[in-house]
Amino acid sequence: MSDDHPNKDLKDLDNRLKQARQEGKIGAPENRPGGTGDASGFSMAMRVGSELVSALIVGVVIGLLLDNWLDTGPWFFVLFFFLGAAAGVLNVYRAASSMGSAPGYIRPEDKIDG
Amino acid sequence: MANPLEQFTIKTLIPIQLGEIDASLTNSGLFMVISVAAITLFVTLGMGKRSLVPGRWQSLAEISYEFIAGMIRENVGNDGRRYFPFIFSLFMFILFANLIGLIPYAFTFTSHIAVTFALALFVFLGVTVIAFIRHGFHFFTFFLPKGVPVAMAPVLVPIEILSYLSRPISMSIRLFANMMAGHTMLKVFAAFIIPLGIMGGWAPLAVDVALTVFELLVAFLQAYVFTVLTCMYLNDAINMH
Repeated sequence: MSDDHPNKDLKDLDNRLKQARQEGKIGAPENRPGGTGDASGFSMAMRVGSELVSALIVGVVIGLLLDNWLDTGPWFFVLFFFLGAAAGVLNVYRAASSMGSAPGYIRPEDKIDG
Repeated sequence: MANPLEQFTIKTLIPIQLGEIDASLTNSGLFMVISVAAITLFVTLGMGKRSLVPGRWQSLAEISYEFIAGMIRENVGNDGRRYFPFIFSLFMFILFANLIGLIPYAFTFTSHIAVTFALALFVFLGVTVIAFIRHGFHFFTFFLPKGVPVAMAPVLVPIEILSYLSRPISMSIRLFANMMAGHTMLKVFAAFIIPLGIMGGWAPLAVDVALTVFELLVAFLQAYVFTVLTCMYLNDAINMH
Protein backbone atom coordinates (compact mmCIF):
# COMPACT_ATOMS: atom_id res chain seq x y z
CA MET A 1 0.00 0.00 0.00
CA SER A 2 2.62 2.50 -0.97
CA ASP A 3 -0.13 4.67 -2.55
CA ASP A 4 -1.28 5.68 0.91
CA HIS A 5 1.97 7.24 1.81
CA PRO A 6 1.50 10.73 0.34
CA ASN A 7 -1.86 11.08 2.09
CA LYS A 8 -0.48 9.79 5.33
CA ASP A 9 2.31 12.32 5.15
CA LEU A 10 -0.19 15.05 4.48
CA LYS A 11 -2.32 14.08 7.44
CA ASP A 12 0.73 14.04 9.58
CA LEU A 13 1.66 17.51 8.34
CA ASP A 14 -1.87 18.70 8.95
CA ASN A 15 -1.80 17.43 12.50
CA ARG A 16 1.53 19.05 13.16
CA LEU A 17 0.27 22.34 11.68
CA LYS A 18 -2.81 22.25 13.86
CA GLN A 19 -0.71 21.59 16.90
CA ALA A 20 1.65 24.44 16.06
CA ARG A 21 -1.30 26.76 15.59
CA GLN A 22 -2.78 25.89 18.93
CA GLU A 23 0.52 26.45 20.59
CA GLY A 24 0.60 29.85 18.97
CA LYS A 25 3.83 29.21 17.09
CA ILE A 26 2.29 30.20 13.78
CA GLY A 27 -0.76 32.30 13.07
CA ALA A 28 -3.92 30.79 11.74
CA PRO A 29 -4.54 31.96 8.17
CA GLU A 30 -7.40 34.22 9.27
CA ASN A 31 -5.46 36.33 11.73
CA ARG A 32 -2.19 36.70 9.96
CA PRO A 33 -1.49 40.43 9.59
CA GLY A 34 -2.12 41.71 6.08
CA GLY A 35 0.41 44.50 5.72
CA THR A 36 3.36 45.73 7.71
CA GLY A 37 2.87 48.48 10.27
CA ASP A 38 5.43 50.90 8.84
CA ALA A 39 4.20 50.54 5.32
CA SER A 40 0.58 51.27 6.18
CA GLY A 41 1.59 54.30 8.25
CA PHE A 42 3.53 55.74 5.35
CA SER A 43 0.76 54.98 2.88
CA MET A 44 -1.74 56.61 5.21
CA ALA A 45 0.31 59.80 5.17
CA MET A 46 0.42 59.77 1.38
CA ARG A 47 -3.27 59.12 1.22
CA VAL A 48 -4.31 61.95 3.52
CA GLY A 49 -2.24 64.44 1.54
CA SER A 50 -3.67 63.58 -1.82
CA GLU A 51 -7.24 63.37 -0.49
CA LEU A 52 -7.04 66.96 0.69
CA VAL A 53 -5.64 68.27 -2.58
CA SER A 54 -7.78 66.25 -4.95
CA ALA A 55 -11.11 67.43 -3.58
CA LEU A 56 -9.89 71.00 -3.85
CA ILE A 57 -8.85 70.39 -7.48
CA VAL A 58 -12.26 68.95 -8.32
CA GLY A 59 -13.99 71.90 -6.66
CA VAL A 60 -11.89 74.51 -8.42
CA VAL A 61 -12.22 72.84 -11.83
CA ILE A 62 -16.00 72.56 -11.49
CA GLY A 63 -16.22 76.19 -10.35
CA LEU A 64 -14.11 77.45 -13.25
CA LEU A 65 -16.08 75.39 -15.77
CA LEU A 66 -19.41 76.68 -14.45
CA ASP A 67 -18.11 80.27 -14.56
CA ASN A 68 -16.92 79.77 -18.11
CA TRP A 69 -20.21 78.28 -19.16
CA LEU A 70 -22.60 80.68 -17.40
CA ASP A 71 -20.33 83.72 -17.61
CA THR A 72 -20.83 84.53 -13.94
CA GLY A 73 -17.55 86.10 -13.01
CA PRO A 74 -15.67 84.54 -10.15
CA TRP A 75 -18.72 83.52 -8.12
CA PHE A 76 -18.94 79.80 -8.84
CA PHE A 77 -15.17 79.58 -8.56
CA VAL A 78 -15.30 81.11 -5.09
CA LEU A 79 -18.25 78.96 -4.03
CA PHE A 80 -16.76 75.71 -5.26
CA PHE A 81 -13.34 76.57 -3.91
CA PHE A 82 -14.80 76.53 -0.42
CA LEU A 83 -16.97 73.51 -1.10
CA GLY A 84 -13.93 71.68 -2.46
CA ALA A 85 -11.90 72.63 0.58
CA ALA A 86 -14.69 71.38 2.83
CA ALA A 87 -14.88 68.12 0.85
CA GLY A 88 -11.12 67.77 1.18
CA VAL A 89 -11.26 68.14 4.94
CA LEU A 90 -14.15 65.68 4.99
CA ASN A 91 -12.07 63.18 2.98
CA VAL A 92 -9.17 63.56 5.36
CA TYR A 93 -11.44 63.19 8.36
CA ARG A 94 -12.86 59.99 6.93
CA ALA A 95 -9.50 58.59 5.95
CA ALA A 96 -7.99 59.44 9.34
CA SER A 97 -10.85 58.20 11.49
CA SER A 98 -10.62 54.89 9.61
CA MET A 99 -14.22 55.10 8.52
CA GLY A 100 -12.94 53.94 5.20
CA SER A 101 -13.91 56.47 2.60
CA ALA A 102 -17.62 55.96 2.52
CA PRO A 103 -19.70 58.95 1.63
CA GLY A 104 -22.46 59.90 4.01
CA TYR A 105 -22.60 59.17 7.68
CA ILE A 106 -24.48 55.92 7.42
CA ARG A 107 -23.16 53.61 10.09
CA PRO A 108 -23.10 49.84 9.67
CA GLU A 109 -25.90 49.40 12.23
CA ASP A 110 -28.40 51.52 10.33
CA LYS A 111 -27.37 50.56 6.84
CA ILE A 112 -29.98 50.39 4.16
CA ASP A 113 -31.15 46.97 3.20
CA GLY A 114 -31.51 46.79 -0.55
CA MET B 1 23.69 67.71 -17.72
CA ALA B 2 20.75 65.56 -18.69
CA ASN B 3 17.32 66.89 -17.98
CA PRO B 4 15.85 64.86 -15.11
CA LEU B 5 12.42 65.03 -16.71
CA GLU B 6 13.64 63.72 -20.04
CA GLN B 7 12.98 60.14 -18.95
CA PHE B 8 9.25 60.80 -19.03
CA THR B 9 9.01 61.81 -22.69
CA ILE B 10 6.79 59.64 -24.82
CA LYS B 11 8.48 58.42 -27.96
CA THR B 12 6.70 56.84 -30.88
CA LEU B 13 8.26 53.51 -31.76
CA ILE B 14 5.92 52.16 -34.45
CA PRO B 15 3.58 54.74 -36.00
CA ILE B 16 0.06 53.36 -36.48
CA GLN B 17 -2.76 55.54 -37.75
CA LEU B 18 -6.32 54.22 -37.41
CA GLY B 19 -8.44 56.75 -39.28
CA GLU B 20 -8.28 59.90 -37.18
CA ILE B 21 -6.86 58.13 -34.15
CA ASP B 22 -3.15 58.04 -33.49
CA ALA B 23 -2.72 54.49 -32.21
CA SER B 24 1.06 54.37 -32.49
CA LEU B 25 3.02 52.05 -30.30
CA THR B 26 4.97 54.29 -27.95
CA ASN B 27 7.58 53.44 -25.34
CA SER B 28 4.76 53.73 -22.81
CA GLY B 29 2.65 51.20 -24.72
CA LEU B 30 5.62 48.92 -25.21
CA PHE B 31 6.20 48.71 -21.48
CA MET B 32 2.51 48.04 -20.87
CA VAL B 33 2.84 45.08 -23.23
CA ILE B 34 6.00 43.99 -21.47
CA SER B 35 4.28 44.21 -18.08
CA VAL B 36 1.31 42.17 -19.21
CA ALA B 37 3.61 39.58 -20.79
CA ALA B 38 5.71 39.41 -17.63
CA ILE B 39 2.64 38.95 -15.44
CA THR B 40 1.29 36.24 -17.71
CA LEU B 41 4.63 34.44 -17.72
CA PHE B 42 4.97 34.84 -13.96
CA VAL B 43 1.58 33.38 -13.17
CA THR B 44 1.38 30.66 -15.83
CA LEU B 45 4.95 29.44 -15.45
CA GLY B 46 4.76 29.77 -11.67
CA MET B 47 1.61 27.70 -11.46
CA GLY B 48 2.56 25.39 -14.32
CA LYS B 49 3.72 22.51 -12.16
CA ARG B 50 0.95 22.78 -9.56
CA SER B 51 2.98 20.84 -7.07
CA LEU B 52 1.60 20.37 -3.60
CA VAL B 53 4.77 21.65 -2.02
CA PRO B 54 5.39 24.79 -4.05
CA GLY B 55 8.74 25.78 -5.46
CA ARG B 56 10.04 29.34 -5.40
CA TRP B 57 8.04 30.68 -8.33
CA GLN B 58 4.90 28.86 -7.38
CA SER B 59 5.21 30.26 -3.86
CA LEU B 60 5.48 33.78 -5.24
CA ALA B 61 2.44 33.29 -7.44
CA GLU B 62 0.49 31.81 -4.55
CA ILE B 63 1.53 34.59 -2.20
CA SER B 64 0.30 37.22 -4.64
CA TYR B 65 -2.96 35.34 -5.05
CA GLU B 66 -3.48 35.02 -1.31
CA PHE B 67 -2.46 38.62 -0.71
CA ILE B 68 -5.20 39.94 -2.96
CA ALA B 69 -7.74 37.32 -1.85
CA GLY B 70 -7.10 38.34 1.76
CA MET B 71 -7.37 42.01 0.89
CA ILE B 72 -10.76 41.46 -0.72
CA ARG B 73 -11.97 39.28 2.13
CA GLU B 74 -10.97 41.90 4.69
CA ASN B 75 -12.18 44.99 2.88
CA VAL B 76 -15.16 43.82 0.89
CA GLY B 77 -16.26 40.49 2.29
CA ASN B 78 -17.63 37.48 0.51
CA ASP B 79 -19.59 39.48 -2.03
CA GLY B 80 -16.35 40.90 -3.36
CA ARG B 81 -15.00 37.55 -4.47
CA ARG B 82 -16.45 37.76 -7.94
CA TYR B 83 -14.37 40.89 -8.55
CA PHE B 84 -11.16 39.08 -7.68
CA PRO B 85 -9.94 38.70 -11.29
CA PHE B 86 -10.20 42.41 -11.92
CA ILE B 87 -8.57 43.47 -8.66
CA PHE B 88 -5.80 40.92 -9.03
CA SER B 89 -5.07 42.09 -12.58
CA LEU B 90 -5.12 45.72 -11.46
CA PHE B 91 -2.68 45.07 -8.64
CA MET B 92 -0.29 42.99 -10.72
CA PHE B 93 -0.39 45.48 -13.59
CA ILE B 94 0.53 48.43 -11.39
CA LEU B 95 3.05 46.46 -9.37
CA PHE B 96 4.85 45.13 -12.44
CA ALA B 97 4.74 48.55 -14.10
CA ASN B 98 6.35 50.13 -11.05
CA LEU B 99 8.95 47.41 -10.62
CA ILE B 100 9.89 47.10 -14.29
CA GLY B 101 10.15 50.87 -14.41
CA LEU B 102 12.95 50.72 -11.85
CA ILE B 103 15.18 48.78 -14.23
CA PRO B 104 17.64 51.20 -15.86
CA TYR B 105 16.55 52.38 -19.33
CA ALA B 106 13.03 51.12 -18.71
CA PHE B 107 10.06 53.43 -18.98
CA THR B 108 7.65 53.83 -16.06
CA PHE B 109 4.24 54.32 -17.58
CA THR B 110 2.62 54.77 -14.16
CA SER B 111 4.52 58.07 -13.95
CA HIS B 112 2.04 59.51 -16.44
CA ILE B 113 -1.21 60.87 -15.12
CA ALA B 114 -2.95 59.90 -18.36
CA VAL B 115 -2.35 56.24 -17.51
CA THR B 116 -3.13 56.41 -13.80
CA PHE B 117 -6.18 58.58 -14.34
CA ALA B 118 -7.51 56.16 -16.95
CA LEU B 119 -7.11 53.30 -14.47
CA ALA B 120 -8.71 55.29 -11.64
CA LEU B 121 -11.55 56.50 -13.84
CA PHE B 122 -12.27 52.94 -14.92
CA VAL B 123 -12.43 51.85 -11.28
CA PHE B 124 -14.58 54.85 -10.38
CA LEU B 125 -17.07 54.27 -13.21
CA GLY B 126 -17.16 50.53 -12.56
CA VAL B 127 -17.82 51.00 -8.86
CA THR B 128 -20.54 53.58 -9.54
CA VAL B 129 -22.22 51.24 -12.02
CA ILE B 130 -22.05 48.35 -9.54
CA ALA B 131 -23.60 50.56 -6.84
CA PHE B 132 -26.40 51.56 -9.22
CA ILE B 133 -27.10 47.98 -10.24
CA ARG B 134 -27.12 46.77 -6.66
CA HIS B 135 -29.05 49.58 -5.04
CA GLY B 136 -30.83 51.46 -7.79
CA PHE B 137 -31.88 54.88 -6.61
CA HIS B 138 -30.93 54.05 -3.04
CA PHE B 139 -27.53 55.02 -4.36
CA PHE B 140 -28.41 58.68 -3.95
CA THR B 141 -28.75 58.27 -0.20
CA PHE B 142 -24.97 58.23 -0.44
CA PHE B 143 -25.14 61.97 -0.78
CA LEU B 144 -27.91 62.80 1.67
CA PRO B 145 -26.96 61.24 4.96
CA LYS B 146 -29.73 59.93 7.17
CA GLY B 147 -30.89 62.08 10.07
CA VAL B 148 -29.51 65.32 8.68
CA PRO B 149 -31.87 68.32 8.90
CA VAL B 150 -33.23 69.21 5.46
CA ALA B 151 -31.99 72.76 5.92
CA MET B 152 -28.42 71.44 5.82
CA ALA B 153 -28.91 69.51 2.58
CA PRO B 154 -27.99 72.34 0.17
CA VAL B 155 -24.59 72.57 1.85
CA LEU B 156 -23.95 68.90 2.57
CA VAL B 157 -25.00 67.37 -0.73
CA PRO B 158 -22.54 69.37 -2.89
CA ILE B 159 -19.75 68.61 -0.42
CA GLU B 160 -20.56 64.90 -0.50
CA ILE B 161 -20.71 64.90 -4.29
CA LEU B 162 -17.37 66.71 -4.53
CA SER B 163 -15.90 64.27 -2.08
CA TYR B 164 -17.18 61.39 -4.19
CA LEU B 165 -15.91 62.93 -7.42
CA SER B 166 -12.49 63.50 -5.92
CA ARG B 167 -11.89 59.76 -5.57
CA PRO B 168 -10.41 59.04 -8.99
CA ILE B 169 -8.39 62.27 -8.85
CA SER B 170 -6.78 61.42 -5.52
CA MET B 171 -6.09 57.84 -6.60
CA SER B 172 -4.45 58.85 -9.86
CA ILE B 173 -2.52 61.81 -8.45
CA ARG B 174 -1.07 59.71 -5.67
CA LEU B 175 0.23 56.96 -7.93
CA PHE B 176 1.57 59.24 -10.65
CA ALA B 177 3.12 61.76 -8.26
CA ASN B 178 4.89 59.07 -6.26
CA MET B 179 6.36 57.39 -9.31
CA MET B 180 7.32 60.63 -11.02
CA ALA B 181 8.86 62.18 -7.90
CA GLY B 182 10.85 59.05 -7.15
CA HIS B 183 12.26 58.70 -10.64
CA THR B 184 13.06 62.40 -10.87
CA MET B 185 14.90 62.27 -7.57
CA LEU B 186 16.92 59.24 -8.69
CA LYS B 187 17.89 61.05 -11.86
CA VAL B 188 18.81 64.29 -10.10
CA PHE B 189 21.16 62.53 -7.74
CA ALA B 190 22.50 60.29 -10.49
CA ALA B 191 23.43 63.36 -12.52
CA PHE B 192 25.82 64.46 -9.75
CA ILE B 193 27.77 61.21 -9.56
CA ILE B 194 30.08 61.60 -12.57
CA PRO B 195 30.61 65.42 -12.41
CA LEU B 196 31.73 65.18 -8.77
CA GLY B 197 34.37 62.67 -9.75
CA ILE B 198 36.03 59.90 -7.81
CA MET B 199 36.35 62.05 -4.68
CA GLY B 200 32.88 63.49 -4.22
CA GLY B 201 30.81 61.15 -6.36
CA TRP B 202 30.33 58.61 -3.62
CA ALA B 203 27.86 60.69 -1.66
CA PRO B 204 25.23 60.99 -4.43
CA LEU B 205 25.89 57.36 -5.36
CA ALA B 206 25.10 56.30 -1.79
CA VAL B 207 21.96 58.43 -1.84
CA ASP B 208 20.94 56.80 -5.11
CA VAL B 209 21.45 53.32 -3.73
CA ALA B 210 19.30 54.17 -0.71
CA LEU B 211 16.70 55.80 -2.94
CA THR B 212 16.54 52.73 -5.16
CA VAL B 213 15.66 50.58 -2.16
CA PHE B 214 13.14 53.18 -1.07
CA GLU B 215 11.66 53.22 -4.57
CA LEU B 216 11.22 49.45 -4.41
CA LEU B 217 9.14 49.98 -1.29
CA VAL B 218 7.18 52.80 -2.93
CA ALA B 219 6.57 50.68 -6.04
CA PHE B 220 4.95 47.99 -3.95
CA LEU B 221 3.21 50.39 -1.61
CA GLN B 222 1.56 52.42 -4.32
CA ALA B 223 0.27 49.33 -6.07
CA TYR B 224 -1.06 48.21 -2.69
CA VAL B 225 -2.69 51.54 -1.88
CA PHE B 226 -4.34 51.77 -5.28
CA THR B 227 -5.78 48.27 -4.91
CA VAL B 228 -6.86 48.74 -1.29
CA LEU B 229 -8.73 51.90 -2.21
CA THR B 230 -10.40 50.06 -5.07
CA CYS B 231 -11.50 47.44 -2.54
CA MET B 232 -12.81 50.11 -0.17
CA TYR B 233 -14.80 51.82 -2.91
CA LEU B 234 -16.12 48.45 -4.00
CA ASN B 235 -17.14 47.80 -0.41
CA ASP B 236 -19.03 51.10 -0.30
CA ALA B 237 -20.78 50.19 -3.53
CA ILE B 238 -21.72 46.68 -2.43
CA ASN B 239 -22.51 47.17 1.24
CA MET B 240 -23.48 50.88 1.21
CA HIS B 241 -22.32 51.96 4.61
